[in-house]
Amino acid sequence: MTATLWRGAAQRLRTNPAAVVALAVIAVLVLLALAAPALNPNSVEALDWSQVATGPGVLHAHWFGTDRLGRDLFVRTFEGARTSMAVGLVAGAASLTLGLGFGTIAGYLGGRADYLMMRVIEILSGLPLVFFVIFLTVILGRNGYVLYTSLVAISWLTMARIVRGQTLSIRRREFIEAAVASGGSPARVIMKHIVPNVLGPVAVYATLMVPQIILFESFLSFLGLGTQEPHASLGTLIAEGAGEIEAAPWILLAPGIFLALLLVSLNVLGDGLRDAFDVREPA
Amino acid sequence: MQRYFLKRLGAAIPTLFIIVTLSFFITRWAPGGPFDEERALPPEIMANLQAAYGLDQPVWVQYTRYLRGLVHGDFGPSFRYKDFSVSELIVQGLPVTLELGTLALALALVVGIPLGILAALHRHSATDYVAISIAVLGIAVPPFVVLPLLGLVFGMALHWLPVAGWEPGSVRYLVLPVIALSLPPLAYIARLTRGGMLETLSSPYIRTAVAKGLPLRVILARHALRPALVPVAGYLAPAVANIMTGSLVVESLAGLPGVGRYLVQGALNRDYTLVLGMVILYSSVLIGMGLLVDLLHAWLDPRVRFAQ
Repeated sequence: MTATLWRGAAQRLRTNPAAVVALAVIAVLVLLALAAPALNPNSVEALDWSQVATGPGVLHAHWFGTDRLGRDLFVRTFEGARTSMAVGLVAGAASLTLGLGFGTIAGYLGGRADYLMMRVIEILSGLPLVFFVIFLTVILGRNGYVLYTSLVAISWLTMARIVRGQTLSIRRREFIEAAVASGGSPARVIMKHIVPNVLGPVAVYATLMVPQIILFESFLSFLGLGTQEPHASLGTLIAEGAGEIEAAPWILLAPGIFLALLLVSLNVLGDGLRDAFDVREPA
Repeated sequence: MQRYFLKRLGAAIPTLFIIVTLSFFITRWAPGGPFDEERALPPEIMANLQAAYGLDQPVWVQYTRYLRGLVHGDFGPSFRYKDFSVSELIVQGLPVTLELGTLALALALVVGIPLGILAALHRHSATDYVAISIAVLGIAVPPFVVLPLLGLVFGMALHWLPVAGWEPGSVRYLVLPVIALSLPPLAYIARLTRGGMLETLSSPYIRTAVAKGLPLRVILARHALRPALVPVAGYLAPAVANIMTGSLVVESLAGLPGVGRYLVQGALNRDYTLVLGMVILYSSVLIGMGLLVDLLHAWLDPRVRFAQ
C-alpha cells in the first residue's frame, strides 16, 4: 500500500509544472551553495582592502561585489546559504522526529493519555514562543545549541498535531487491528505499522516546515540573536545589507534574492506535494 | 455563547499566570546580572545596587512583590533606562506599535479578502495566478527584505516617501513599514479566503442558490461569504502574532519609536524587568486576541458553539 501511495504521488507531482520547476530551482540552489567555494577562489573571511564595498561585476575577482570590510559577497552569500539550509534541514529533521514520536503515541494510545498530551501541545502553542526564544537566546547565550533548540521547540508542535491526526485516521483500520491481535506490543505496532503509513503525508508538512524554520533563523540572525560573526547566514547578510542599502544596495540583493528564491521554491514544492498526496490537515 | 466565552476566559488566565511565573524565574536563574559591566563593580557598590532594586531578597519575596506590582499595573523600574519605569517606557512606545500593527492588519484584511474572493471566482484565470503569486511571494519574502527594497525604490529613487524616521501625527513615515509588515498576513489571508471560497462555492446549497437564479452579488454576500471566511477567522490570532514578531524588525529598520525595540535591546542589556514587562505585554495581547478570535469563530461557525 505504501509503495503505491508514493508512486502515485510522484506521478501526480510530475504533472504539476510549478512543483517541478520549484524542485529544479532547489536543486540548482543547493548545487550552487555546495559548489561555490570551488567556483570562486576567494575565502570567506579574507579582507580585500583594495576593493572595499565594490559593486558586482564579472570582470573583477568579486562577482557579487564586496562588503564594507572587503569580504567577497559571492563566497559569503553561499556560505550563508549553506548555514541557512543546514539549519532548516537539521532543525526540520529534529522536529519531525519529535513530532512523529509524540503524535503517534498520543494518537495510538487515545483516551486519557491522548487528551493530556494534546492539552500540553495546546498550552505550549498558546504561549508566545517567539518572544520566549528571543528572550532565551539572549539570556542563555548566543550559541548554536540554543538556536537549534528554540527552532525545534517552535516547530515540533504543529508536526505533533499533524502526526496525531494522521494516526487517528488509520488507527481503527483492519491491519492495525490484525497487528494488535497477533500480539504486537504497542511500540512494535507504532514503529512497524503506524509510522510507515503516516510518513507520506507527514513528509509533505515537513517540506512546508523547512522554509518556516529557515525564515525564523534568518529573523533571529537579522536581530543579531542567531548565527554570529564571522560565520554568516542569510539573515546576518541581509541585516548587513539593510544597513548599507543607500550606499551599497548589492549587499542586500544577493542574499535577499537567494532567500526569496529558496523560500518560494520550497513553499511551491510543499504545496505541490500536498496536492500530490492529497492530504488535508485534520481538525 | 456566554458560557463558551467564560470557559475560554477561564483558560486564558492560568496561561498568563504560567507565562509570568516562568519568565520571572528564567530571568532570575539566568547567568549574568543587569549590573555586570566590562569592569567588575566594587562589591559594596554592587551590594547597594542589588539592595536598591530588591535583588538581595530571596527569590520568592521578589516574585510576590513583582506579582503585587503587576496587579496594580506596575512593571517595576527599568534596570538600564535609569529614571524610567517599565510602565513609562511602554506607555511611550505602545501607541506607535499599536498604530503600525493595526494598520498592517487592516491592510492585510482589506486587500487579502477581496483578492482571495476574486481568485476563487475566476479560477485558473490571470487574476487567479496573480493572486497566487502574491500569496507565495508574501509568505516567502520576509518584511526585513521587503522594507529595505521598498525604501530603495520609493524613498531613494522616487523620493515619494521617507525611508525611515518618525514624526508624531504624520502618516507618511508609516506607509512603507505598514506595507512591508502586512504582506505575510495578506498573503495567508488571500490564500485562505480563496480556499474557503472554492470549497463553499462547490457545496450543494450554493448550487441551489444559483439554480434559484439569485444574482452573484447576493449569493456571495448572503450565502457564501460567512462560511468562506471561517478559515480566515481562525488565522487572525497567528496573524497578530506574525505582525507583532515582524514589528520587532520593522520598527528597528524604519526607526520607529515603538515598543518592539525594547524586547531585543532589553534582552541584550539583561534588563530583566523591561524584558519581563515586554513578554507579559505581548503575551496578554496575543491571549486577548485569541479570545476575540474564538468569539468571532463561534459567531461565524455555529458548529463551534454547539460542539462545546
